[in-house]
Amino acid sequence: MGTERKINNRRKFFQTSAALVGGTLLYSLIKPFEALSQSKEEATKIAKEDLPLWGMGVDLERCVGCGKCAEACKIENNVPKEPFYFRTWVEQYTVKKDGEVKIESPNGGIGGLKQSVPDEDIFKSFMVPKLCNHCTKAPCVQACPVGATFISPDGVVLVDDTYCIGCSYCIQACPYGARFMNPVTKVADKCTFCYHRITKGLLPACVEACPTDARIFGDLRNKESDLVKFLQENPTQVLKPHLNTHSRVFYNGLSSEVK
Amino acid sequence: MEEHYKHLYEALSQVDGYIYPNEIDLHWGLMIVLYPYITGLVAGAFILASLERVFNVKVLKPTYGLALLTALAFLLVATLPLVSHLQHPLRAYEIFMTPNPTSAMAIFGFVYLWYLMVVLLLEIWFDYRLDFVLWSKKSKGFKKYFYRIITLGIHDTDAKSAKLDDRLGYFITVLGIPSAFLLHGYVGFIFGSIKANPWWSTVLMPVIFLFSAMVSGIALVMVIYMVVSWVRKVEIDMPCLDTIAKYLFYILIIDFALESLDQIHRIYEAEESFDIIKVLVSGKLNITLFIMQVLLGTVIPLLIIGIFQVYKPDEKIRKAAYFFVGIIVLIGIFFMRWNVVIGGQLFSKSLSGFTSFKAVYSGMEGYLMAAVWLILPLLILTFLLWLMPPWKKLTTHE
Repeated sequence: MGTERKINNRRKFFQTSAALVGGTLLYSLIKPFEALSQSKEEATKIAKEDLPLWGMGVDLERCVGCGKCAEACKIENNVPKEPFYFRTWVEQYTVKKDGEVKIESPNGGIGGLKQSVPDEDIFKSFMVPKLCNHCTKAPCVQACPVGATFISPDGVVLVDDTYCIGCSYCIQACPYGARFMNPVTKVADKCTFCYHRITKGLLPACVEACPTDARIFGDLRNKESDLVKFLQENPTQVLKPHLNTHSRVFYNGLSSEVK
Repeated sequence: MEEHYKHLYEALSQVDGYIYPNEIDLHWGLMIVLYPYITGLVAGAFILASLERVFNVKVLKPTYGLALLTALAFLLVATLPLVSHLQHPLRAYEIFMTPNPTSAMAIFGFVYLWYLMVVLLLEIWFDYRLDFVLWSKKSKGFKKYFYRIITLGIHDTDAKSAKLDDRLGYFITVLGIPSAFLLHGYVGFIFGSIKANPWWSTVLMPVIFLFSAMVSGIALVMVIYMVVSWVRKVEIDMPCLDTIAKYLFYILIIDFALESLDQIHRIYEAEESFDIIKVLVSGKLNITLFIMQVLLGTVIPLLIIGIFQVYKPDEKIRKAAYFFVGIIVLIGIFFMRWNVVIGGQLFSKSLSGFTSFKAVYSGMEGYLMAAVWLILPLLILTFLLWLMPPWKKLTTHE
């Protein structure tokens, strides 16, 4: 007995606790660097500047609200057909002569949008296709607690299905309502620009299905691409610019009523 | 699944105005209301204990041990509603393994662990260690084994070792105060940092959460102290109870002032989102906000305890009034969490319409499950009080 033993006892106790806590912390600190010790392919990977940077332009003057894009997306990406899950949808805006703004998107516009306001009451009307904005400063990526959602090197916001814990925080963080909880896979789901297609040189399903070429998909780094030309020739705008998300979906002819 | 779709179709038919098509379902339900509620009770109870130990409010001594055990009982349950609401609960450990450093939610896991392992458990252990040694000598059966194991092999009983426990315990409590602030301020930040949601996104959110946490924790310990005294058939220490009520009164005033400031600021600035928030507050939230949170949970308690500050009626009346105040404050803070979590999801981020929320009775997100998560900590507390009753402690800190 003696003060020394007591102190040793305490010391041992603290040492063991510290080792346990420290071990867990260390593991979580090291884990992200795992990649460093892996494959040489990683080391030889292409520099970011040589990769495409995908984006989309939406020409609102061309959109007729047929909803083919939303339909094609659901088929291509196996999105549940119930009207609560959309990777892309079309909104119909109608500004009435009395100033009231009516917004509709029954079933995301699939099957075609029909005007419910009588012609004589309409001041103006237009369609707005919506999708994930593939933000450069994506709030969803910032919020994901485990890093299951990320921005690919070619600028597409993706979700790792095998990693997402299904907390819905990213859905809360998205200002555009572009994410949903997939009831089948039970992970957050969203537009991928049809990543499985674009990496093979194909166009996203919605772009291919659009009968009026209202959606222009392309590489923002390629100065010859249709998208860059579209941005050059038209005054374009992004949605909710005040949120500073640096969206990569650009609208031509966006009216101030659109939110 | 069919049931879920049926529920959503019903919600779809009740949409008011325009909402984005993915917004019909509320992604955070009753479980996420409980999560900040329970975490707040923990932080509040701990701060009450610290008042006695660090800030030397000695009159609160009868509630010190009780407050700590209450904090522990609720902290053990705090993450369960959170994990059970995950779509992939078995992947929850990833929050610790590969936390995303930019995510408010990811860091919470560490704050929680720090608070549980370093602050609460250590403080309680230092407070009880000597008693565990002494109790282990005179107990039988399970208790004897438990006490012996929990001493972690440190059986010293002399005065010097007691002093060491006391000093370390004090140190941990000092460390615990900023930790409790961190724990709950942090929960507020999880909501306050969502810029997509104008109802949540306010810099005051962490502070409001913190003060409302203190309010709810103090009210909880006050109620539990009265119930425990009644069950044990011992006299309630009136100076102690009066002091708890006094602190409840002051902190409730600060909380109310902060929340009012937040609302006044919104009204005065009247930003883009104000039109829809005005409709939200006066419509979908009017009962839960004005009646439950403001009137029942704030104004009535302030009036009652406020009157007691200038005029003290008979003990019997005060006891009954404190009990009533404790309960309505707890209800009020629950609805404060409700108004934040549910309220923030009722309006569309298109700022053009509303969806509706209908809680169910059964299932993981239902009322029954919510009741389980609220009753479970009380059962744990009962067990803890049986196992290590603060009133049977042979030693006490200075």
